[in-house]
Amino acid sequence: MRVAVLQFPGSNCDQDALWSLRDDMGVQAEYVWHEGDSLAGFDAVFVPGGFTYGDYLRCGAIAARSPIMAEVKRFAADGRLVIGVCNGFQTLTESGLLPGALVRNEEQKFVCTTIQLAAVNKTSAWTSQVNKVLNIPIAHGEGRYICDDDTLKSMQDHDQIAFLYVDPHGEPKESANPNGSVANIAGILNAQGNVLGMMPHPERATKQILGEIDGQLILSAFQRVLA
Amino acid sequence: MVTVRVLVSLKPSLLDSAGRTVTNSLKGLHFDEVHNARIGKTITLTMESYDEDRVKAMCEKLLANPVIEDYTIEVLP
Repeated sequence: MRVAVLQFPGSNCDQDALWSLRDDMGVQAEYVWHEGDSLAGFDAVFVPGGFTYGDYLRCGAIAARSPIMAEVKRFAADGRLVIGVCNGFQTLTESGLLPGALVRNEEQKFVCTTIQLAAVNKTSAWTSQVNKVLNIPIAHGEGRYICDDDTLKSMQDHDQIAFLYVDPHGEPKESANPNGSVANIAGILNAQGNVLGMMPHPERATKQILGEIDGQLILSAFQRVLA
Repeated sequence: MVTVRVLVSLKPSLLDSAGRTVTNSLKGLHFDEVHNARIGKTITLTMESYDEDRVKAMCEKLLANPVIEDYTIEVLP
């Protein structure tokens, strides 16, 4: 099985993602340029972080309308694994694959730190191995997840909340929320559970020498589903 | 040629944190009559011809994100 790591002009976590998958997760991964219109030969997609198209218009807006994303939508509809991290999450909401939107952090500041995450959904491929509070890095200026009340209720009813920002004891305290996201939401799933968008960077947390390895619990989805 | 101006702004229900910062700064300069500043963006289209439905489609498909933004269309004289 092979994971397509998408590359857009301005992607900057593409190499982190590729090497995390190859080196640390033992998963085959290749870059796929945004102008491509085929994901033939791939089994899953990683939409990496960055500042695609300079964040012009809105974060992820232009990337979401590039040729490869039509193929990603078909892929997602087939139930295959798709993950979008940071700018990749913004790209997935802009493309309509995930509900809601990501806007500027409440306090206006770019936040770059390590936060704690807890999984709410326990059954998806992405969250089923997450049995503890995770330490995962974040680095974003526009990561405040918002949606209307009906969408939030629907996501809760369909178990689509993947991750919350929590304190070290696993409590979603307001003080643990780094960006003002509604209900401390750090990551969400589509209704089928195969598409995950999250602001924190699991691909930066798969190698001990880099500080954290908790990202492995999320990215191991590729190993299990594709094995 | 026709010039069309699209104004895109965050929905009123959303906190416009950049606008809030500007509001505070205006107050700091003693423009106390300002209650609220909200920041949007202007997209000026120079077009061969104007068709309202097509410009609306541009707004819905790309220029605005209907989840978070409202837009208005003005055809300039």
